[in-house]
Order: sequence, then structure tokens, then C-alpha cells
Amino acid sequence: MEKFIYIALFAPLVGSLIAALFSTQSKMVFTGWFTSFMLAVSMYASLNLLYYVYTEDISLHIVLFDWIVIGNLDIPFGFVVDHVSVVMMSVVTVVSTMVHIHSIGYMEHDKGFNRYFSYLSAFVFSMLVLVMSDNFAVLFIGWEGVGVCSWLLIGFWYHKESATWAANEAFIMNRIGDLGLLLGMFLIYWNIGSLQYDIVFAQFSTLETSTLIWIGALLFLGAMGKSAQFPLHTWLADAMEGPTPVSALIHAATMVTAGVYLVVRSNELYSLIPEVGYAIACLGAFVAIFAASMALVNNDMKRIIAYSTLSQLGYMFVAAGLGAYWIALFHLATHAFFKSVLFLGAGNVMHAMHDELDIRKMGGLHKEMKATSYIMIIASLALAGIFPLAGFFSKDKILEAAFYSDATVLWAILWITAGLTAFYSFRLVMKIFFGKANYSEELHPHEAKSFVIAAMIPLAILAVIAGWFEHSFVEFVTKILPTWETTNLEHSTAWKLILVTSAIVIFGIAVAVFKYKRDGFSKSWEDTFIYKLLSNQYYIPKIYEVCITKPYYAISVWVWKVIEIKFIDASIDGLAHFVNKMGVRFRPIQSGNLSSSLRLMTFGLILGLVFALVLSVL
Amino acid sequence: MTLNAYLILSTVLFSIGLIGVIRRKNVLMLFFSTEIMLNAVNVGLAAISKFHGDLTGQMFAFFIIAVAASEVAIGLGLLILWYKRTGSINLDDIAGMKG
Amino acid sequence: MFEIIAFIIFSILTIGMFSIVVLTNNSLYALSALASGMIFISGFFFLLNADFLGAVQIVVYTGAVMSLYAFGMMFFDSLSEVKEKINNPRLVFLLSGVIALIVVVVLIAPIIGKNIKAEFPVHPEYGNTVDVGLVLFTKYLLPFELAALMLLVAMVGGIVLAGKKMNESYSEMKEEEIDEKIRLEESSTKDVK
Repeated sequence: MEKFIYIALFAPLVGSLIAALFSTQSKMVFTGWFTSFMLAVSMYASLNLLYYVYTEDISLHIVLFDWIVIGNLDIPFGFVVDHVSVVMMSVVTVVSTMVHIHSIGYMEHDKGFNRYFSYLSAFVFSMLVLVMSDNFAVLFIGWEGVGVCSWLLIGFWYHKESATWAANEAFIMNRIGDLGLLLGMFLIYWNIGSLQYDIVFAQFSTLETSTLIWIGALLFLGAMGKSAQFPLHTWLADAMEGPTPVSALIHAATMVTAGVYLVVRSNELYSLIPEVGYAIACLGAFVAIFAASMALVNNDMKRIIAYSTLSQLGYMFVAAGLGAYWIALFHLATHAFFKSVLFLGAGNVMHAMHDELDIRKMGGLHKEMKATSYIMIIASLALAGIFPLAGFFSKDKILEAAFYSDATVLWAILWITAGLTAFYSFRLVMKIFFGKANYSEELHPHEAKSFVIAAMIPLAILAVIAGWFEHSFVEFVTKILPTWETTNLEHSTAWKLILVTSAIVIFGIAVAVFKYKRDGFSKSWEDTFIYKLLSNQYYIPKIYEVCITKPYYAISVWVWKVIEIKFIDASIDGLAHFVNKMGVRFRPIQSGNLSSSLRLMTFGLILGLVFALVLSVL
Repeated sequence: MTLNAYLILSTVLFSIGLIGVIRRKNVLMLFFSTEIMLNAVNVGLAAISKFHGDLTGQMFAFFIIAVAASEVAIGLGLLILWYKRTGSINLDDIAGMKG
Repeated sequence: MFEIIAFIIFSILTIGMFSIVVLTNNSLYALSALASGMIFISGFFFLLNADFLGAVQIVVYTGAVMSLYAFGMMFFDSLSEVKEKINNPRLVFLLSGVIALIVVVVLIAPIIGKNIKAEFPVHPEYGNTVDVGLVLFTKYLLPFELAALMLLVAMVGGIVLAGKKMNESYSEMKEEEIDEKIRLEESSTKDVK
């Protein structure tokens, strides 16, 4: 059985390396199909492992090699396949395989075709390392790996200034989070002496609460960076500069969920510090409504979906913060499916509209792109949370969790956000596919190739049916994660909640459909203060630029001009000048004249004799 | 005579040779001064050999003589070549190693 | 008593001769003074019961080396005196004086070990030459052979360095050819003049 672990882990790496061999050459379709095949192999292995762990109910551990063994520090390069990680593995590999196949169609005209697939597979490999690790150090390797690969992929079209800027922004914000993660890891090691999950989690209860709070807060800081929680959220919207399948993979299903995974994995820590959990939940709720509000007015297709991701991440953190870890994991899985297929559909639309992103310039594409349209409608329904699609089950559970924990304010925020989510998802769908066609006539949008649609279909199906496995999912995952029952809630209350949620969701959809069937909202809305605030993302990027970027830049310039040039360079140059001058001063010694050399020789002889005399006297 | 006397004599001769080596600009004279230094050392070695009753000093002196002879041969040969090429045996003109 | 007087005479003479070598401007004087200095050094050797060494000194040094120098001097234009221009004559004497002083101090101080065991003790009954021969050809055989090799190399080197064109061998040419050659050389040198 262990061979499946190796296959699942290293098949993407093999694909990436082989694709890397051709990275400087022009497009070879072979790389696309080969990497997709490798990922399919990995997917097969992961699903095999899922089946195995599900039926046998045991976790598999392997240790590749002893990585760091210094003194008391013993960090093996080990992997564990337990219930949580196998769920993550399955989600990651399924979505990755579909995204790879979709990318073959999406990137068909791109010059960096081979390089793209190499990066994409490398990303999947890092994500698998992250998910399968059995200690914090290997998790951190995967963490950094996905950060690097996401930088490579966001800045894939590196000659575009905006792309490189977005890539740097993503990486730097991730780095800020990584600092927190590292500090958390250091604290763990300092207090417990090991970084292995089993050892660490067993001993958490022995530490005092203040240490635990610090560790929890620092680890969550890392999660904030990776999962783009406020205030480290601006990179996610800007990361849309990368190719759309990248957004589908990274910013819907995998990298941004790494933060949630970290919190879920460390559930034994967060169960001990419920205050930090509650703070996480509050932040998550805030982000949910914050992002949803920004998605309401945005006109960039991918940004709307990005804000939607941000919002759903907030949902997941609410669930994790309130202690309902399996619910967070469940929502993670379902969200991965419908969000990635939304992005892939957006990719099809972009391809058809020749990389047009503004939804005001689309409309009426339903006639030409039936398959994509239907898939995106299904995905949006799942996102909104309509019964019986996947989002309904997972989102509802989160709302139940909020209500049950007496966090009624959180519940209210999430409830409103559910309505907003429904509204903006269908605003997107209506503006793209229905209504008046606003694009120029020469564009002739056409549907994507059939294999591309074929790649999207499994994800769409999963978006539909994933919710139906809730019970088996709960049983499976709560063998490791703490259970969270809603049995305390009376049945009637639970039903009332479901009705209320569905009501606002249907209301949101209805408003969107009615309004955008005609012309949408009137233009006068665009002059209001609220509209300006939302469309400029609450001016937060501007605040960051003014308060953080510019001063930091000024400080850097000052440091460069004064310290670097005047001190450091001057001192090193001075040293070199000094040596040079010494050499120039001493050059006359080498006059080539034997007499002077002999004179120097006798002088040296005198010195030697004096030295010997002094030494013998002493 | 005591050993010290011989050794002092050897030192004096050595320093005379040293003066010559430093002072002389005529390369041939330089060689003469080198001979003086070698002979001074020979005297010292022979004196030590006698006063300790050991033959090692004399053997050393013997080999020094042999080496000095061959050195003279080669040195003169080189000097002749140099003279043929440049026509001067002034030490100040041999400055090819000027750095 | 006799020894002390001999030592003093010889030392005065040696120091005087070597000083002439070092200080004079006339190279001929220097050469002669050096030769005589060598002889007086050999006197020291005889005083120190190193008979063989003294004889070798006379034969090799005074005989061979000095005549080598004399031949060498024939090549150079010894009438033109090399201008001995020294920037700082006092420095010279100062350096040497200091060295002499230090070494004397070193030697006078009782640093010399008292318990030196002689490796090759002198056998006064044999006579010095026999003694030297015994040691030279047994213990010092390898250096001896190497010295011989070195002398051979030096000789070959000296010949190569100082010799004229050695492409042609006079002994293999006939009389007429040799005469022809000499006539050609003379005419060419006459042209140059």
C-alpha cells in the first residue's frame, strides 16, 4: 500500500521535471498530456489510498529519510496518510488533473506552454508534500513550495509589469504569514522538543495557556498569509494576473486552502484555546462579508470569482474557529469542486472573448457557449447553496455551527453573506451569458474544445453530488477530528435555519436574475459613495501603498544611499584602496637591483637574529 | 686558543664578506665577497670540529668547498654571457626583475 | 704559546687581506688579495689539525677557484673601473656591524652545549687524512657521489655557457677547411672594424 503513497507523491514531480526539460522550447503538446497523465496516475493512487483508509480505517506512515538530525533536533522527512490528509489528497489530485487537461486547451497558443506545465505539476507536488507531511517542518517545505510555485505561475507572463507586480505582492504577503508560521514552529519546538504531529499534539495539553495562545495565534498568522484573510488579502484579487487555470487550481482549491488545512490539522491545539478559535471565527465572518461586498460591484470577471473565494475561505475559518473542523474540511472539499469549475468556465469565456475580462463587454453568450454556460450555472447554484447541490450541505452546516455556538452575530453576518453570494454569482452569470450582447461583432465567440469541456464535467458532477456524501464523510473524518454534533439543536430549529437560509439565497438569485435580465441597476448607483468604496476595494490597496509601500521604499532608498554606499561600500572600497596603496608604496622594493635586495636581506637577517636572541633570553 | 676566539674570528670574517656583498657594484667583486663569506664559515666549522673532537665539521667544510667551486664555475659562465650580451658588469644595470 | 702567536698573525693577515678585497676599487688588487687570503685560511686549518682540509683549501680554492677567477677577469674590461656609487655608505657598515655584534654576542654567551657527543670522533693515532678518508667513503658516500655529479654538471654548464659556437668541431675538419674558416673570420672582423 505504501507504494501508492510514493506514486501519489512523486508522479507530479516526475511530470514536472520532464516538462522542465523542454521549458525553453516551443510548445510541445506532449508535455501537457504527459503531465496530465502523471497527475491522473497520482489521482488514481490517491483515490486508492482513500478507499483503503476508508475501508481499513488505519493511517499509513512512511519515512523517506532522516532529514535533520542535530543534537536533540530530529526531523525525518516523513509522510502520513490519515483520514484528513487523504481527503485533501483526493481533492487536490482530482482538481489538479482536471485543471491540467483544461490547460492544454486554454494555453494552446502560449509560447511558454512547456514551462507552464512544469510549474503546475511542481505546484501540485509541493501541495501534496504539504498535505501529506507528518511534521511541521515538512509542512513548511510544502508551504514554501506552493508559495514559490504560485509566484512562478502568477507571474507566468513575466513581461507584463502587472503580472510580476502581482506575483511579488502574493509572495511577499505569503512571506509575512510564513514568518508567523515559523515563529509558531519555533515556539512549538522550544516548548515540546519535537515537530512531529503525534508527539506535539499529545503534549499540547501540558503547556500553559499563554504559550498555547501564542502558538495558535502565530500559526494562524501563517494561515492568514496563505489563505488571504484580512489584512493580507489584497494579493488574492491581484493574483488573477496569472492564467485562469492557475487561478482555478491555486486560488480556488489548493493553496488558499492550505491555511484551513493547517488549522484543521492543528485542531487539538485550537480546541484547547477556544478564545483564539472564536477570534478566528470572527475574522472569518468579517472577511466573508467584506469580500462579498466587494464582489457586488466589481466588473472584472475573475476578480468577482476571486472575491467569492475569499468569502468562502472566511466561511471555512468560521467553521474551524468554532471547533467544527470536519465542517470546515467538508466545505473545503465542496468549495474546491465548484469554485475550480467556475474558474475553468471563466477561462473558457476569456478564451472565447480573446482575453476580455470586463463583464460589461459580454452578454448573451449562452447561445454560443451552451456547455460552459450550463456548467457555470450549476457551479453558481452550488456556490449559492441551493438544495441538493454541494454548497447547500456544507454552507448550511457552517451556519448551523454558528447558530449553535450562540454566536448569533456571526450567524447573522454569514446569513447576509449567503444572500450576497447568491446575488453576485448570478449577477456574474447573467451578465456573461444572458442579456444584451455587448461585444463587438468580429469576436465570434465559440465554445471551447470538447476535451476541455470533458475535463470540466467531472468537477461539475462532483459539485452536484459531493454534498450527498455528508454522512459517510462525517463518519470517516471524525475518526481523527473532533465530532461536532448538532443534536442539541432541536430538529425544528435546524429546519427553520435551513428554510431561512434558503429563503435569502433564493431571494438573492431572484433579484439578480430579474434585474440583469433587463439592463441591470441604473447608472446612478455608480456615483454613490458606497459604490466607489466597494469598487476601490475599500481603498485598502491604496492605504497599503501610501502607508506601507511608499515609506518602506523611501527607507530602502535612504538605507541604500547612506548606509550601503557611504558606509559599507566605502569601507570595503577603502580596504581595497588601502591594500592597493600599500602595494604601490612597497613596489620600489622590487627594483631588480641586487644590491638593494642584499641590503634588505641583511636587514632581515638582523631581525631574525634579534628575534632569536630575545627568545632565547626569555 | 679557545673555541670562542675562533668563532669570533669567523664572525668578523663573515661580516667583512657581508660588507663586500652589500657594497660592491662590480659583479665580479661580489663573487669575491661571497667567497670570503664561505671561507669564514669553513673556519668556524673546522674550529668546532677540533674542539669537540668530531669529524662532522670537517666533512661539512669539505662539501662546502666542493659546492663553492661549482658555484664559481657556473657564476662566472653566466657573468661572461651577460657581459657578451650587454657589455657591462655593473650591478645597477642588471635590473631586469624590476617590478 | 706557539699556537696563540700563529693564530694572531694569521688572523691579522686574513682580516687585512679580506678587507682589501672588500674595499679596494682595483679588481686586480682584489683578486690577488683574495688569493692570499685563501692561503692564510688554510693556515688556520693546519692549526686546527685539519690537515686534509687545509691541503684541499690550497689546491681547490687557491689553485682552481682563483685561477678560474683570473681567467674570468681576462674577459672583462678591468681597466675601466666600475663606478662604485653607493647612496648610503654608512648604512652598509652599520648593517654589517650590527650583525657582527649580534653574532659575537650570541657566540660568547654560554649557549654552546656542553654535552655534545661526537658522532665521528677523531682518531688522533691515524692522522687526519686517514680519518677523513674513512668517514668520507663510508658514512658520507652518498653526498660524495652527489657532489661529484654536481661538479660534473657544473663543468658541463660552464662549458656550455661560456663556450663559443660549438656546432663545428675543429678536430673533425681537415686542415684546409680550418684555414678557410679562420680566414673568413678574420676578414669579417676586419670589415666590422
